[in-house]
Amino acid sequence: MSELIYKSAAQLSESLAKKEVSAREVTQAHLDQIAKVDKAVQAFLFVDTEGALAQADQVDAARAKGENLGPLAGVPLALKDILAQEGIPTTCGSKILAGWRPPYSATVVKKLRAAGVVILGKTNMDEFAMGSSTENSAFGTTQNPWDLKRIPGGSGGGSAAALAAFEAPLAIGSDTGGSIRQPAALTGTVGVKPTYGGVSRYGVVAFSSSLDQVGPCARTVLDTALLHEVIAGHDDYDATSINAPTPPVVAAAKRADVKGMKIGVIKELSGDGYESGVSERFEESLEILRSQGATIEMVSCPNFDYGLAAYYLIAPSEASSNLARFDAMRYGLRVGDDGSRSAEEVMSMTRAAGFGREVKRRIILGTYALSAGYYDAYYGSAQKVRTLITQDFAKAFSSVDVLVSPTTPTVAFPIGEKSNDPVAMYLSDVATIPVNLAGVAAMSLPAGLSEGLPVGFQIIAPAMKDDRLYQVGAALERELAAKWGGVLTTKAPKLISAAGA
Amino acid sequence: MSRISNEEVARIAQLARLDLSANEIAELAGEMEAILGAVARVQEAAKSDVVPTSHPLALVNVTRPDVVRPGLTPANALSGAPASEDDRFRVPQILGEEA
Amino acid sequence: MLSYEEIIEKYEPALGLEVHVELGTKTKMFCGCPTEFGAEPNTQVCPVCLGMPGALPFVNERAIESTILIGLALNCSIAPWSRFARKNYFYPDMPKNFQISQYDEPICTDGYLDVEYETPEGMKTFRIEIERVHMEEDTGKSLHVGGATGRIHGAEYSLLDYNRAGIPLVEIVTKTVLGTESYAPQIAKAYVKELRDILRTLGVSDVKMEQGSLRCDANISLSPRGSGKLGTRSETKNVNSLRSVERAITSEMHRHAQRLEAGERVVQETRHFQEDSGTTRSGRSKEQAEDYRYFPEPDLLPVAPSAEWIEQLRGQLPERPSAHRARLQQLWQVPDKEMAAMINAGVVGVVEETVAEGADPTKARTWWLGEISRVANEREVEVVEMPITPKDVAEIIALVAAGDLTDKLARQVVEGVIAGEGSPAEVIAARGIKVVSDEGELVAAIERAIAAQPDTAQKVRDGNIPAAGALIGAVMKDTKGQADAARVRELLLGLLGQS
Repeated sequence: MSELIYKSAAQLSESLAKKEVSAREVTQAHLDQIAKVDKAVQAFLFVDTEGALAQADQVDAARAKGENLGPLAGVPLALKDILAQEGIPTTCGSKILAGWRPPYSATVVKKLRAAGVVILGKTNMDEFAMGSSTENSAFGTTQNPWDLKRIPGGSGGGSAAALAAFEAPLAIGSDTGGSIRQPAALTGTVGVKPTYGGVSRYGVVAFSSSLDQVGPCARTVLDTALLHEVIAGHDDYDATSINAPTPPVVAAAKRADVKGMKIGVIKELSGDGYESGVSERFEESLEILRSQGATIEMVSCPNFDYGLAAYYLIAPSEASSNLARFDAMRYGLRVGDDGSRSAEEVMSMTRAAGFGREVKRRIILGTYALSAGYYDAYYGSAQKVRTLITQDFAKAFSSVDVLVSPTTPTVAFPIGEKSNDPVAMYLSDVATIPVNLAGVAAMSLPAGLSEGLPVGFQIIAPAMKDDRLYQVGAALERELAAKWGGVLTTKAPKLISAAGA
Repeated sequence: MSRISNEEVARIAQLARLDLSANEIAELAGEMEAILGAVARVQEAAKSDVVPTSHPLALVNVTRPDVVRPGLTPANALSGAPASEDDRFRVPQILGEEA
Repeated sequence: MLSYEEIIEKYEPALGLEVHVELGTKTKMFCGCPTEFGAEPNTQVCPVCLGMPGALPFVNERAIESTILIGLALNCSIAPWSRFARKNYFYPDMPKNFQISQYDEPICTDGYLDVEYETPEGMKTFRIEIERVHMEEDTGKSLHVGGATGRIHGAEYSLLDYNRAGIPLVEIVTKTVLGTESYAPQIAKAYVKELRDILRTLGVSDVKMEQGSLRCDANISLSPRGSGKLGTRSETKNVNSLRSVERAITSEMHRHAQRLEAGERVVQETRHFQEDSGTTRSGRSKEQAEDYRYFPEPDLLPVAPSAEWIEQLRGQLPERPSAHRARLQQLWQVPDKEMAAMINAGVVGVVEETVAEGADPTKARTWWLGEISRVANEREVEVVEMPITPKDVAEIIALVAAGDLTDKLARQVVEGVIAGEGSPAEVIAARGIKVVSDEGELVAAIERAIAAQPDTAQKVRDGNIPAAGALIGAVMKDTKGQADAARVRELLLGLLGQS
C-alpha cells in the first residue's frame, strides 16, 4: 500500500479510474506518510485528516455510482496556507491570523473540490509569502527533504517539501517573485507560475496584487499540467482574471516535442553569482534540448538587471496596502484591548505583535516608497522598469518560442545562513522575478543535482502560451528521467523515502 | 542614498500603524538604508520617456452586472471577530473625528 | 462684530462644494451585496466588503454608467481612460484600511452647472464650474456605546455595521466659485438643490439628504478685497439638509470675518455643522497634511469608455432641468416672477407631478407654494421633504373642483395628510370632513344664527350687506366649517330679503 505515495498523480488517476485502488486508500497512504515524516520536514501547518477522508469517501461513492469524474478525482493535494478554505485554519504563516477559519473558500479551492481533488491540509510558508526560505513562517521552518539542515526555498517551501517528501503528489503554490519556482528548484520538483490572470486570485491572501499568481506544483510535468487544467480559467470574482480558454497544457505535456522550436538563453541570467554546479546542469539540459531538435540561441534582456530592485519596491508597496486590513477589528489577533486603549492603539500594538520581522521590514519599505515626496523616485521609477522589462520580453519572444535560464543562482542553502542579511536573501529570486513583473508564464523543473542537491531549470513562455512550458518541460524531463531511471525525486535521500517504505 | 533617520522610520511606522520599539526602529533604519541603497538603482533606468506600467494585463472595462450575489450571514461575518455584540463588530473606542 | 453687509464690503467669499452621492444601484460598488437602506446590521455583507483576506473587488457596471450619466449631465468631459486608486488610511469603519477611489485619473472632468437665483435685481444665472466627478466607495457605520452623549468622545467602545461599506459613492467637486458675493450661501444652496434635481431626474440616486444618500461638504474662505489671493478655507462636513448648506456657509463667513477682524488666522481644518445651533465645531486639524499614499488599484483594470458607450448613455439623458422648466413655464403660462418663486422654493418638480395627476397647473402651484410651503417653513424643512405626495394634492384639488370640499376643508385635509393621518380619503373619513350641502340643515343653522344675533340680522335687512359676515361666520362655526360659505351667504341673504 505504501508504494501508492511514490506514484504520480497521473498513475494514481489511472488506478483510481480502473478501481484498482480507492480514493480512501490513496488518501490514507498519504496521511500515514505525513504522520511518519512531517515531524522532520514540517511541511504542514494543518492536516485535515477527517475532511480529507470524507472527501475521498465522496469520490469513491460517486465513482461507485458510475458518475463521470475528472482525472484528478480522488488524488490528494497539499494546499499552501495562503488560500482561504472555508472552516479550515488559514494563517498565511502569520501569528496575526492564527486561528482564523475563513467563512468562504478561494475559487481555486472550489475548483479543486469540484474536481474531486482531496485536500490533505495546509502547508507552511514564509509569512504572507514574504521570503525565499520558509524561515519567515511564524510557525517554524520547513526542512528540505534532500537535506534537513537546509531550507526548502520559499515562500512555498511547505508545498514543495510535501511533494519531495512524498506526503502529497500534488500541491498548490503562489508565486509573486518566484515562490513556486524557487522552492520547486531547491526540492527537485516541478512548479509553474501561470500567466498573470490565468488562475483566479479570489480567496488568495494578497501579497502583491499585480504580481501574485497561483499555480500548480507536482513531481512530474504531466501531473503539473493535469493540476493546471483543473485550477485555471476565468473567474467572475477576480477582475484581473483573463476571459479566454486555458492553453492546452495537458496536450502539450503529452506531446513533449521540441523539434523545430527556438529556445532563447537569457544572457543576463547566467555567469557571475551562479554556482558552477547550477551552470553545468543548465548547460547539460540545453544540450539535451538541442539534441531533441530545438535551436538554441542567446538573447539579451538588458533591463533584467533592474528587475530585483523594481520588484523590491513594487511588491512591498502593494503589500503595505494589502496588509493594512490586518488591524484587529474584524478577524485575527487582537492585542492590548484592556478597555482603556483606543482602537488606534490596539491596531498598532496588534500589528507590531502579530507581524514578523520581514513583514514589518517590507511594510516600512513599501509605506516609505509610496509616501509623499518619494513616490516618483521609488514606486514610479520601479513601474518604468516594469515597462522596460516587459519590452525586453516582447523583443525576445519575437525571435524565440521560449526563454530559459537556471531557476536559482544556487542550490538550497543551510537554514539560518541568510536570515540576517535581507539583501543577500533577496538575491535568491533574481532569475524568477522578471517573469512576475511582466506577467508571463514560467516553469521550473529539475535539471539534476549539484553536490547532492537539486538544481532547477526555468522555462519562460509568453502570456497565455503556458502550453509551451509543458511541451518543452516534458521533452526535457523525458530525456533526463531516462538517464536517471525516473524523475529526480526518486533519487531523494533514503532518509525520507525509507521513512515511508 | 542618504541615511534614513530613526525619526523618519518612526513617522513611517506611525503611518503604517506599527507600534515599534526604539530598538526595532533603529534596526530598521539601518536595514532600510541598505535596502534602499540597493533598490534606488531603478532610477538609472527610469528615463522620462518611459511610460510606467502598473499592471501586467492590458485589459480595460472589466465590470460586473448590477445583480445581487449571495453574501454572508451576520453569524458568518462575525465568526472570526475578536469581539462582537448585537450582530456588530465590537471594537475599542475610536479616536478621531465624529463620523 | 461686522454685519453681513460689512463682511461683504470688506471681503470676497470663495466657495467650494464637494457633494457625495450614494448611487441607487442594486448592489455595492465592488461586490454583489444589496444596498437597501435600514437593513439589520451586517446582513448586507460579504468577504469583499468586509475586507477579508483574499477577497477582491469587482466593479459594478451600472455604477460606472451612472457616473458617466452624471458627468454628461454636468457638461463634463468623459475621460477616455481613467483608473481607480487606493487611498490609504486607517479607520475602523473602513474594512480594508484603504478606500478604493479615484485620484489623478477621474472619470469625468471640467464641467459646469448653471444655477438660477432670484436676486432683488431679478433672476440671475451663476455658472458653477465642476472640477471632477469620480467614483469611490462608502464606509461602514459605527455606533458609539457608553459615555453620556452617544458621541465618539467619551464612548467606551464602538460597534461596527458594514452594511453601508462599499456602497457606490460619486463625488462631485466644484472648482473654486468666485463672484457669488453676498449670495454665496444662497447660491451654494441653490447649487446643491439643482444638483439634487438633476440626479433625481437622472434616476441615479434617491438623493435623500436626511438618509445620507446626498451629503455636502462646504468649503468657504474669505479674502480681503483687492488682496488678489484666496484666503484660508475651512471645510464643513455633516451638512445634512439644503437649509443647512446655507446656514453653515453663513455661519462660517461670520466666523472667518470675526477672526480676520481680530487679526487672527483662519485655520485650515475640517469643521462639523451643528444643526441645533446653526454653527460649526472644529474637527480634525489638517495643518499636517495627510499622507494617503495613493497608487493605482492593482486589483482593478482601467475604465476606458468607448465613444459608442458614451454616446449611448448620452442618448439616455433626460431633458435638462433648466430647459425642462422653461418648457413648463410656457406650457402653464406662468409669469416670470411666479416661476422664480417656484424655482426658489424647489417645487417645480412636485407641481409638475401634481399636474400629471390631473390637477390644474395654477391650483397645483397655489397649493405647493401656499399652504404646503407655509407648513414646511414652520417645520424648517424643504417643501419636497414634506410627507404629502403630488397624488394627494391632485386628489384634494379634484375634490374641491367637484364641490365635495371647500377651500377651508381642503386645508384641513392637507393638514391631516401632513400630520401622517393617511391619504386624503382616509383623513376625510377619520375627521368626518364633508361639505354640508343639506339645505334643510343649513337653513336651520342660519335660523339659529339669526335668532342668536337679532340686531345684526336687522342691519342686514336694512341693507347693510357687509354685516352679514358675522352671521355667515357663526353658521360656518356651527357647521364646523363644513358648509360651502358661498351657499350660506346666498341662503342667508335670501332669508333676510336681500337676494
